[in-house]
Amino acid sequence: MTRKSILFTLVALIALILVPLGQGNYIIYVLTSWLVFSIAAMGLNLTLGYAGQISLAQAAFMGIGAYIAALITLAGYHWVLGWLAAMGGTFVIGLLLGYPALRVQHHFLAFVTLAFNTLVFLVLRNEDWLTGGSHGLVGMPRPNFFGLSTGTNLEFYYFTLVLFVISGAIFYWIVNSPWGRAFKALRENPVRAESLGVDTRRITLLAFAIGSAFGGGAGAIMSPLVQFIEPGSFAFIHSLKILLMVVVGGAGFFFGPILGAAVVILLPEFLRFTEGYYLMIYASLVIVLMIYSPSGLIGAGQKLYARLRPGRETRKDMEKGAQL
Amino acid sequence: MSDSVLSVRNISKSFGGIHAVRDVSFDVEKGEVLGLIGPNGSGKSTLFNCVLGQLRPDRGEVQINGHRVGNMRASRLNKLGVGRTFQQLSVFPQMSVLDNIILAGQEHHGNMATRLFGPSDAGLTKEADQLIAFFRLEHLRDEMAGSLSYGQQKLVDAAMAFMAGPSLVLLDEPAGGVNLTMLGNLRERLETYNREHGTTFVVIEHNMEFVMSLCTRIIVLAEGAIIAEGTPDEIRSNQQVIDAYLGG
Amino acid sequence: MSEFFQLIVSGLSTGSIYALAAVGFTLLWQASQTINFAQGEFVMLPAFLVLALSVKLGFPLWLAMPLAIILAVLILGVLFKRLVVEPMIKHGTLPLVIATIALGVLLKEMVKEFYSPLGQPFPSLFPQDVVTIFGAVISIPDIANFVIAMGAIVALQLFLGGTRTGRSMQATAQNPDVAQILGVDIKRMVLYTFMINGALAAIASILITPIYLAKFSNGETLGLIAFIAAIVGGFNQIRGALVGGLLIGIIDNLSATYVSAEYRQALPLILLIVIILIRPQGLLGTSEGRTV
Repeated sequence: MTRKSILFTLVALIALILVPLGQGNYIIYVLTSWLVFSIAAMGLNLTLGYAGQISLAQAAFMGIGAYIAALITLAGYHWVLGWLAAMGGTFVIGLLLGYPALRVQHHFLAFVTLAFNTLVFLVLRNEDWLTGGSHGLVGMPRPNFFGLSTGTNLEFYYFTLVLFVISGAIFYWIVNSPWGRAFKALRENPVRAESLGVDTRRITLLAFAIGSAFGGGAGAIMSPLVQFIEPGSFAFIHSLKILLMVVVGGAGFFFGPILGAAVVILLPEFLRFTEGYYLMIYASLVIVLMIYSPSGLIGAGQKLYARLRPGRETRKDMEKGAQL
Repeated sequence: MSDSVLSVRNISKSFGGIHAVRDVSFDVEKGEVLGLIGPNGSGKSTLFNCVLGQLRPDRGEVQINGHRVGNMRASRLNKLGVGRTFQQLSVFPQMSVLDNIILAGQEHHGNMATRLFGPSDAGLTKEADQLIAFFRLEHLRDEMAGSLSYGQQKLVDAAMAFMAGPSLVLLDEPAGGVNLTMLGNLRERLETYNREHGTTFVVIEHNMEFVMSLCTRIIVLAEGAIIAEGTPDEIRSNQQVIDAYLGG
Repeated sequence: MSEFFQLIVSGLSTGSIYALAAVGFTLLWQASQTINFAQGEFVMLPAFLVLALSVKLGFPLWLAMPLAIILAVLILGVLFKRLVVEPMIKHGTLPLVIATIALGVLLKEMVKEFYSPLGQPFPSLFPQDVVTIFGAVISIPDIANFVIAMGAIVALQLFLGGTRTGRSMQATAQNPDVAQILGVDIKRMVLYTFMINGALAAIASILITPIYLAKFSNGETLGLIAFIAAIVGGFNQIRGALVGGLLIGIIDNLSATYVSAEYRQALPLILLIVIILIRPQGLLGTSEGRTV
């Protein structure tokens, strides 16, 4: 990490600590769900932005994580156990789902995950005995840590912030390990990577499974945050929403999905005055963004910066696009 | 046969009705620099891909260091000690030169766990720096590979093939599109590497001058079969080769 | 037994309409590597064009339908190609996938906002009568839908295989570089493909909408079914998409009767996953080879 990025991270952290102070419950709730979705989007960024695979089931993984955590906490165990089980469970499911899909052509993961998301939705809705069916599960307790409560919205925000920082640190660690180097190599030139001894099939599968586990972890936080989960919150459309977060922010950039999640969650609030038109405006903006800057807002920012300060290269790989 | 690094036995491969390679056999000994030349459509690339395990020959077999290569995954082949370069540019453009080189070695060090929990450079920075210095790329070490000139990228590409300490390196048109100064530099570096490490090279190349000056032995293919084999001098004066190239 | 036969026939009928959407989907993929996530909305929209022309503007139905097909060819074919696909195709597949997802949302919201969020009755072209064949009761619309949809696909096949333009389009899909060398105007051929997709979507829309109501959200299921049909049959083939569409139609109808209502939707998805596991190139597809 350069000194500049350490400084930036510190300032951002302080801002994140100060921002909810004095705000109403609703704003704090929106901020908290932004952090939760940032974690899920971070995971998808690993799959999409680093390993170059399209997954359309991140909401399903969130759902699985949310239900696992809910069932475990409702059974009286501590939330941390639920969180770990959620991440472990979604990691394993990611492996099982990704293995066959990644054995064959590139675009198949997109379709398999698409189908998977719908299947998960159906199971959540139909298996009343376990999931409460379309009524969902209610009353998940907010956890205590060594006497510290996370009961109020502000407390829960800080609790989520801690988990967000932990997730970010894990993500940063992975991306900067030799694994991360292999992920990037895979995205930029899979054939070359394979010829240098990178077992591309295994490494892609791992990227997908780890990305899924981030989704599961985010879901586990969702449970005590909303204290009411139902299948509709994890339907396919929400996977598209998370995909949008990653792409709008900038896939393959550390801060891309965090920015993207902010845009996707906060923009509707800003566009509220447009009433029914906001989704239309939103969709049009996405199309325009994809035409002018396929590497998202961060890519657009870099391009602008490069134009102001000539001589710097902007990234080109997302222009080529991940192989679907 | 057992002490040769690469052994090609009676390889034939056809596509549709066209015989791309017809009953080709040759051996490459340790430390040798073999050139594989021939006019367009002579079957060089097909043969090359059979050697790399990317194509399964209709008949015959290829052995590398005593292992049979047949439809083998490229990463397995690489683990057996085979490095290669590509015809088209094949660096990782959004990674630094140093990261490109480290990547080329990291899968040969430790296991999946140490590569996740161990140091970020897999303990290879020193080794990578040596290789970077060997190819005289020190001043570009921290630049993004994609921002380098074409010739510089070719050098990075070549350096990557050597990072894992291979016993056999397959160079696919290393001279293509490289300017003269850079070309001399590349040839000289490859020669030095071969001399210092005794690594075996197989080179596919269009640039006659480059092949003639780099290789110790040359095999000429035409219409899928070997028409001549010998030292550069012998090939230069071989009437059959001249005819093949002049379309006689 | 006759009930089973009835289910098969009505399955073939809806399946042939699914096949229209799946064939268009496959064509776009072949011609320009476009994975159109808005394909479902492409099938949803033309029905509303018909309604807008007939109900709002007062055109007679016999005129509104052909006009809607022409509009669909222009909007979903030409405009889609020019405004969305063309400026983006150089960026690769991923941005285009995202853009078509966004386009789907845009179309859906526009219909919801500017026409109606409620389901609209849609006129059927055919009398709602039944005929009895071998003891099975079969509805006239089912037969008519099947005949028209199959007719459209056969006509498309004849066009692609039997005309100069059709063969040029096929050459473009298989190997654009060679096609260009042979003097084929690739850009024009790709544009034709998009226009054909618009027409197929419009026909599918007019045929399928009377079965349900015309609703802005109709595309959600239709899009997924078009995907599944295309993959199950074989992603790179028209014949494959046809077989896939018919198969899904039959499964859909059979499962409505024989499988619990809760998991009816799941069957095509399970079929998709099974196919990808055991025969990733699809039932009729030829292998494109492994990755790397």
